[in-house]
Amino acid sequence: MTKESLNTNDILIRAEQLKHAFIEGESKVQALRGVSFEAKGSEVTAIVGQSGCGKSTLLYLLGLLDRPESGEIHLKGRPMAKATDEERTALRNESIGFVFQFHFLIKELTARENVALPLRKSGVGERQALEQADELLNRLDLGEKAKRYANKLSGGEQQRVAIARALANSPSLLLADEPTGNLDSANSDNVFELLMKFAREKDIAILLVTHNPELAERCDHCIPMRDGLIV
Amino acid sequence: MSMSLLGIVFGISFFVVTQAQTSGFEVFFIRTILGTNGAIRVSDKFQDMDGTVSKVSYNGSESFLFRSRENARYIEGIEYPQLVREALREFPEVSGISEIIEGSAILDSGARKHTVQIHGLRIKDHIMVSELQNQLIQGSIDMLDTDRSGVLLGSSLAERLRLSQGDRVSLIGGTENQQLRVAGIFETGVSQIDKTRIYLDLSTARSFIGKPFGGSIFQVSIQAPEKAPELAAQMQETLGHRVVGWQEREKVWLEVFKALRLSSAITVSSILLLSGLGMFNVFAIMVIEKNRDIAILRSIGFTPRDVSAVFLWQGAIVLLGGIILGSLSGFLATYGISKIPLRIRGIFSTDSFVVNWDPSHYIWAIAIATVFVSVASWIPARRAAKIEPAKIIRESL
Ligand SMILES: Nc1ncnc2c1ncn2[C@@H]1O[C@H](COP(=O)(O)OP(=O)(O)OP(=O)(O)O)[C@@H](O)[C@H]1O
Ligand SMILES: [Mg+2]
Repeated sequence: MTKESLNTNDILIRAEQLKHAFIEGESKVQALRGVSFEAKGSEVTAIVGQSGCGKSTLLYLLGLLDRPESGEIHLKGRPMAKATDEERTALRNESIGFVFQFHFLIKELTARENVALPLRKSGVGERQALEQADELLNRLDLGEKAKRYANKLSGGEQQRVAIARALANSPSLLLADEPTGNLDSANSDNVFELLMKFAREKDIAILLVTHNPELAERCDHCIPMRDGLIV
Repeated sequence: MSMSLLGIVFGISFFVVTQAQTSGFEVFFIRTILGTNGAIRVSDKFQDMDGTVSKVSYNGSESFLFRSRENARYIEGIEYPQLVREALREFPEVSGISEIIEGSAILDSGARKHTVQIHGLRIKDHIMVSELQNQLIQGSIDMLDTDRSGVLLGSSLAERLRLSQGDRVSLIGGTENQQLRVAGIFETGVSQIDKTRIYLDLSTARSFIGKPFGGSIFQVSIQAPEKAPELAAQMQETLGHRVVGWQEREKVWLEVFKALRLSSAITVSSILLLSGLGMFNVFAIMVIEKNRDIAILRSIGFTPRDVSAVFLWQGAIVLLGGIILGSLSGFLATYGISKIPLRIRGIFSTDSFVVNWDPSHYIWAIAIATVFVSVASWIPARRAAKIEPAKIIRESL
């Protein structure tokens, strides 16, 4: 037993020796070669490293979108390898929020409808889900644009809507893959501040992939990666 | 998608209409033939009855085994009408018996001649086993009953010989020429019958043909015509005469109708198949176009089942709309067609389109549409459910 695992209560997510590879034609690309770390609630952890070092791959594994080749992920103390696909899907809805580099909103829906989606899935009625979505959008300064279609918003606005959606179900873990990569510095600063604020306020563990060293500096922790390993 | 809906509406409605028509003619034909030649006919007497039909009892339900009658020897016609008539009366299902003597002759109107099929019968008996009373378009039954030299002519025959009620004709070709008077004209709707058949009194016919005894056949009506085959088999066993139900007698025509109905069902189903293919196409493209959206939904926690439900619902809505609109328009079109005045003179004659109202046409149309639409939405829905969110998200970055 390591020292850290004594106070597992605070630890929201723990990765143990995660390995993952992609088969491409004849060759095998080893994207992760044994990554172990842990993250706690209300802390923001930056994941940095060169392009292709495995940051996104790691995030998708932690977000239960993919299963690692080997290794284990403990989410709230529960081992995820054994969990069924249904359980993992339910956990994604209840406990995990995603923000991607490109906003990944559904453009046929309005901002508030996009934000209401995870709530609708978890069984909240339509009206209440939309009300909660409006509230969240208000807090992100998007109250006036709640009823606009997603593709009629600026990049920064879309990214904030994506954050609102990720937060809608009050997740305990928020995974953000270069959420500011597509934004100018003012917008990127704004989004980053929002993430910091929500982490503290709602006791969320945030894992943030970024190429911006300045932002990484401002996070609580920083995990530097190279060639599928933490260095 | 609206094209597919339109296709389904058309498909169902065409299906219903064509089935209503083809089966309408079939029902019309059956009704006519039942009303003219009756449900069951008893004819030639078998000389030996061994091993042709045997009754077997299995679990309390009775059934019959038939053997080929091809080699059986028989005496033409019924030898002892009275005995057979009494034996037939023993069957509670029998509702009427008419003795008929058949023969052929030439009918001479003075100006023209025509070969005719003589049906000698007792008119009072015969109206119990046929629709003859309703088929009369001129004259009356009573006249034939009172007048031993009265004759009823088929409508086409009367037309050809330019005869009408009251005209005198002579029947040539029997023991001696017979002078007759036209008592009435009937129209069955079956052209072969209307063209050649004449009805006259049994005893008149017997003396003309030269068969004072025996040689006749029985036309028998029963309460439930659909039970004719079983009943005929039973009668054949007890009577020792050849007994044939109408289904066997009209087998060729009934099979023609069946083939017609089936082929029109298959043809029209292809409309439904094409709509199904169109729908499949739309869904398949939608799955590819929306794979990003599907990946988002999956990452948010929507299950594969939720995703496929989206497609299945759309399919179900289109199907339901198609069923409702299709059945409705099929119903209205059938009604409309039944009102079209159309004189048909072919195998049989009618003055308007004959349609048959049968819920089974709708059920079949709906079933076929449902199968095609289900397959068309189920396969893409399954594809959509199998989308791996991580892969799509990785690839679209
Ligand atoms: N679907 C795939 N098939 C094959 N190889 C892949 C696939 N996805 C990623 N890889 C490879 O795995 C490695 C890690 O990729 P990953 O996307 O995790 O990198 P990253 O650190 O997120 O890079 P970036 O900063 O550019 O987003 C890379 O070498 C990449 O080429
Ligand atoms: Mg990446």
